[in-house]
Amino acid sequence: MAKRLAVVDVDRCVGCQACMFACTRRSGLGGAATARIGVRSAGGMRKGFVVVVCRACPDPPCARVCPVDALVPRDGGGVRFSADACIGCGNCVSACPFGAAFWDAEANKPLICEYCGVCARYCAYDVLALEEVPDADR
Amino acid sequence: MPIGDPLDRVLSVDLSRRRASVERRPELFDEGLGGVGVGIRLLEEARVVGADPLDPENAVVLSVGPLVGHYPLASKTIALFKSPHTGTLGESHAGGRSAVSLRLAGYGAVVIRGASDRPVYLVIDAHGARFRDASALWGLRSSYTVGTVLRERERGSGHRSILRIGPAGERGVTYASVITETYRHFGRLGLGTIFGSKRLKGIVLIGNRTLPVADSSAYRRAYDEIFRAATTSDAMRKYHDLGTPMNVLPLNELGALPTRNLRTARFEGADAISGEAIAESLLGRRLACSHCPVACVHLAALRVPHPREPYFYKTLMLGYDYEPIYALGSLLGISDPGAMLRLIDEVEIQGLDAITTGGVLAWATEARERGIVTDKELDGVALAWGSSDGYVEAVRRLVDPPTDLYRALARGVEHAAGIYGGEEFALAFAGNEMSGYHTGPAIHWTHATGARHSHLDSAGYSVDQKAEGAAGPDEIVDGLIVEESWRQVLASLSVCFFARSIYSSDRIIEALAAIGRDESADRLERLGRETLARKVRFKFACGYDPTRVRIPGRILETETPHGRIDERAFRRAGPVCWPCFPRRHRGS
Repeated sequence: MAKRLAVVDVDRCVGCQACMFACTRRSGLGGAATARIGVRSAGGMRKGFVVVVCRACPDPPCARVCPVDALVPRDGGGVRFSADACIGCGNCVSACPFGAAFWDAEANKPLICEYCGVCARYCAYDVLALEEVPDADR
Repeated sequence: MPIGDPLDRVLSVDLSRRRASVERRPELFDEGLGGVGVGIRLLEEARVVGADPLDPENAVVLSVGPLVGHYPLASKTIALFKSPHTGTLGESHAGGRSAVSLRLAGYGAVVIRGASDRPVYLVIDAHGARFRDASALWGLRSSYTVGTVLRERERGSGHRSILRIGPAGERGVTYASVITETYRHFGRLGLGTIFGSKRLKGIVLIGNRTLPVADSSAYRRAYDEIFRAATTSDAMRKYHDLGTPMNVLPLNELGALPTRNLRTARFEGADAISGEAIAESLLGRRLACSHCPVACVHLAALRVPHPREPYFYKTLMLGYDYEPIYALGSLLGISDPGAMLRLIDEVEIQGLDAITTGGVLAWATEARERGIVTDKELDGVALAWGSSDGYVEAVRRLVDPPTDLYRALARGVEHAAGIYGGEEFALAFAGNEMSGYHTGPAIHWTHATGARHSHLDSAGYSVDQKAEGAAGPDEIVDGLIVEESWRQVLASLSVCFFARSIYSSDRIIEALAAIGRDESADRLERLGRETLARKVRFKFACGYDPTRVRIPGRILETETPHGRIDERAFRRAGPVCWPCFPRRHRGS
């Protein structure tokens, strides 16, 4: 079964960014620069937060604009990313209306969610969840 | 430090010449670890001891420790400077996104010198510091607006911290704060005043990089242990549930909640301004500092009606913590939470320290009652316990003083009492207004002896609340010094003090080893002692004399949970220990 990440309730987000650090830790590093998830204030801390995740679109625009098929649509929505094939053109970053294709400036390649759910495991407030893609969405 | 860790990079900014440069200082971070341990060394190097705090020569050091960006709860930036409020050591810790942004911009410390000839703000990122004109921002009426403007004008949302001052910092009130992320502060000792004197309106810190680790599986293990403790331990639960305002009811019950300028230590209105009551009716949301799952920052959603229009409201999101509730609530006899929150809001707008502002207003109220100050000197503001509208008016006048009295109050209660009298009820130690704990002698020893005269220096309130009267004064004071020394280790790692029970010596050693730094318990303890000794030496060099610290008569008169503090015993334990600081705790 394909899984995807869901923002269950963005209004519960406290802005701790533990999800971003968790995602970066997957690459064995500290910091937050290789996170495939983004949390920022919605215009100042008074206004709450915006949580940006890949929603695993059924017909992903990022894959459609990739000139080298480094992003291939996944069964159940979303994409699989092949870093070896990627030429670093950045089309995917422009194509995603959510800004969920993040950018690794060091590698000059996008950072694409792998739907592993590690970020959700470190969310103390149930803002994030890893869910199974329902048949209706497939 | 593991190869590639940028912690040892020190960014020096000269505001007078508009130049910035970066230097690697590995030896400094080997010796001092980071945070306060490195910051105090940089402050010594800056040779500010003889400088007037408001002179361009004064320096501001911002520093972070090695755990920041790697581990949860390592979320503080340590600021060191010569304080315009006390004339000695200025030290202030703030969270928000500041520490993580500074660390991930690739620096362990920033040293700011000089003064700009016109208002500027700084943008600090991986490429260094840039100077931006802030003349249009100077004189803005509200600190909130400064944040809004910088937020919209600069990039880096989600990876940045915006430090700024309000009108109080521009106008030289000696206890002006630097505000970060709207709800966190470099408070108490006037960092905002120093920013103002340097015509530095704000700093935008932008940082987003990775940090190397030495052993990634050990790193994940150490991380998970700390994260689990942060999210499940009882020690953190209190900060998590009600936040620091959980203290209001227990302290009131004990008879330790300073009320009406500490004429009493029990407040009949405590229930209404308790953490429980505010959470029940007003808690709107909770916030966290970067990389802290605890989210202790509690925001009240306060509906405020339009003064004339019917059915017209605005909703303010206002931070409340124990300290502002004490200082701007019980200390002023205010029991209406809405009125208290509006006063907190005014203090935020002006960019003042909440504790000192409350202390100043409480002293002025009592001074008015006793006829020491007149209504004319108060510019017609009839200060009276519980009357928040008058206090809001008075706060505005602290920043824009119409009379000599307000000018004096803008320098703190000791200064004002030195001119007008009423010293026995001027609640300050060595120039710094007291915190919200009248728990017994230990907290007042903390106030009197702590390196920055803050309750957080050696946490006497905690000793008082645990003590069963078994320990003698000398024992207690020695215990406070051990606590204050250990806190230098936490502040060198720039870990939040709320997490002190999580960051035990063993955990720290394990966490550091995983990111490539070997430490031992002995070495950490030595670092703590030596850092404290350096801070105390700095104070002595600035002219601090522990034997001349004034003990406000009021703390001796008003009963504590341990009864009245015995003046002779209190003073005796004091001088026994104070002059010994440099000798006994020099470190080796």
